[in-house]
Amino acid sequence: MIFLFYLLSTIMIVCALLVVFSKNPINNVIYLIMCFIAMAGHYILLNAQFLAVVHIIVYTGAIMVLFLFVIMLLNLNKAIIIRKSTVTRVSAVVTGGIFFLVLLAATRQTFEIDAKYPFNSEIGLVSGIGKTLFSEFLLPFEISSILFISAMVGAMMFGKKDA
Amino acid sequence: MQKLTNRSVVASDKKMTFMERIYVPAILKGMSITIKHFFKKKTTINYPEEKREFSKVYRGQHVLKRDDEGRERCTACGLCAVACPAEAITMVAAERKPGEEHLYREEKYAAIYEINMLRCIFCGDCEDACPKEAIFLTDRIVASEYKRKPFVYGKDILVEPMDLRVDISARQTSAVHDFKSNKAFAHNR
Amino acid sequence: MELTTIIFKTIFLFIILLVTLVVAMYSTYAERKVAAFMQDRNGPNRAGPFGLLQPLADGLKMFMKEEIIPLTANKYLFILGPSIAMTTALLTGVVIPWGDTLTINGHVYSLQMADLNIGILYVFAMVSIGVYGIMIGGWASNNKYALLGAIRAASQMISYELAMGMSIIALVLTTGSLSLHDIVAQQHGMHWNIFYQPLGFFIFLICAFAETNRAPFDLPECETELIGGYHTEYSSMKLGFYLFAEYVNMFISSAVIATLYFGGYNMPFIDQLGLSSNAVTFIGMGFFFIKIFAFIFLFMWIRWTLPRFRYDQLMNMGWKGLIPLAIFNILATGTYYFFTSLK
Ligand code: SF4
Ligand code: SF4
Repeated sequence: MIFLFYLLSTIMIVCALLVVFSKNPINNVIYLIMCFIAMAGHYILLNAQFLAVVHIIVYTGAIMVLFLFVIMLLNLNKAIIIRKSTVTRVSAVVTGGIFFLVLLAATRQTFEIDAKYPFNSEIGLVSGIGKTLFSEFLLPFEISSILFISAMVGAMMFGKKDA
Repeated sequence: MQKLTNRSVVASDKKMTFMERIYVPAILKGMSITIKHFFKKKTTINYPEEKREFSKVYRGQHVLKRDDEGRERCTACGLCAVACPAEAITMVAAERKPGEEHLYREEKYAAIYEINMLRCIFCGDCEDACPKEAIFLTDRIVASEYKRKPFVYGKDILVEPMDLRVDISARQTSAVHDFKSNKAFAHNR
Repeated sequence: MELTTIIFKTIFLFIILLVTLVVAMYSTYAERKVAAFMQDRNGPNRAGPFGLLQPLADGLKMFMKEEIIPLTANKYLFILGPSIAMTTALLTGVVIPWGDTLTINGHVYSLQMADLNIGILYVFAMVSIGVYGIMIGGWASNNKYALLGAIRAASQMISYELAMGMSIIALVLTTGSLSLHDIVAQQHGMHWNIFYQPLGFFIFLICAFAETNRAPFDLPECETELIGGYHTEYSSMKLGFYLFAEYVNMFISSAVIATLYFGGYNMPFIDQLGLSSNAVTFIGMGFFFIKIFAFIFLFMWIRWTLPRFRYDQLMNMGWKGLIPLAIFNILATGTYYFFTSLK
């Protein structure tokens, strides 16, 4: 188990780095896909089969297909390097750094989570997730679904020729 | 306009009805047709084992006939070459020497007689043109070759061998018989 | 896990792979035979008796052909494409319950590699990854026809996956479980889901055709417009892998349809015969394969009956036809169960 964890983590980190550093957009997307699959592996290690599969279906199977689709259509297979001005670069570094800090702060809290919510092997299964979603988190769940619907309607409006 | 078959449908781009738009009835109809064919007798002829029966007047590889006494009938008149639309026939005539009467029926004969099988369209005009009933098309198939040269058939292939006479009686239809029994052409026999 | 179980599972895994490959192999033969019969021909009948060795001959031919990788192609992705297609096609077989339990020496073995409690979704995930094989291969060929095929495959996959997922949701409402094992167990006797979910079955069937890229949905490889579609540039065994993956997919989809809607290995009136449990398992397995072959035949039957859809027809049917129908199906099923559970 521990070995698998480290293996998957290594794959994930290497792939994530390659997403950032590789020049060819198609390769970026493929590394991202590999990263996602490794992430699904992590879910399985946590006995969260449902999350793992939904992660693969939604992110790997649908969203990344669309990514790949768009990149193929735009014919972005050549590496394009755009020179940015120094101001942009500095601000990018600052923004990235601040975001990193926020993430770090968030992860620091997770060390205490273990004590508060002990690991429950049933939590990632269908019934567990379903019950939590439709009782504790019903309102956010429904609101987010409305969000999706509005996004879809908006996309349709854009798609219409005479909007 | 006159219809060619009773299955023709006039094409139109009218709006499809609901039944047509859900495709399913049409699909089921199509499927019933294919499944019917699934159980039908197959039309394939398994070639090397089974052979398609040739028509009696099939026009295949030519033969230069000999008469009953084994003499070549062709007199190198060239009518077949003239009749040939594909210009596939060439010949060189020669005079019969004394003592060759058992070889050639007429005083003049074809020393060289060649048909280019790549040019020939197997129309049978040569057969019709021949006044001596010397050339006939048969139901034999011209063999395939790797080069062009062997397709020019000479007398060695065209003239029927003495011991292996080619039977062409099946293609002697009643019209041919009438023609043969005509007194005016008696010399041809 | 005990050692015996591990050994059994390993052997069973090999058997599944072998059976899948052999069935896929002979599907190519069956396809040609069915096509021929529907066109009043004989089909392959030269290699071996009734042409039964034809698939071997085809495979051998594929191996002997020259391997061509186009100069301008992206080599790694070019090789990755068919491998993904083949792998994902084969991976699906592990969750399908091929039979009930087998009792050997007092040990009870389940004839299902892995009883995931999200079995259906796993199948679904594999299908959605499978499209990468086509997309990556099509793109890596650096050929416009291949690219068009790949793009068609992707958009078709996404469009029909939605309707397929929704038809499954309605099914899950009736079964109350995502595990394929439970779903089959519930259909014991004649309680096949087709009787409860006829509309859902219909939608699922159409989507299965679309997901396997079979005619009338074979737009990604449509010969008349795109030469060979996504596998235009492929040759030798890599082409073989693509073609083979299609047949493996067809076999697996038939198995999934039979499992979800036609009772899997359940055979009506088997309990009344009073056979030992192992015999029942084997008969059930045989019956399951009969169902699978029936569906494979249906796949072929439709392929040799219908012409290919036009692209706009395909999209219209997916988005304007099947998805609303599937939503209606979910609503109807939900309403029904809501009111029946009230009483
Ligand atoms: S069959 Fe026709 S084409 Fe052939 S040699 Fe005779 S006349 Fe010429
Ligand atoms: S085959 Fe007949 S037509 Fe031709 S040259 Fe000989 S006799 Fe004349």
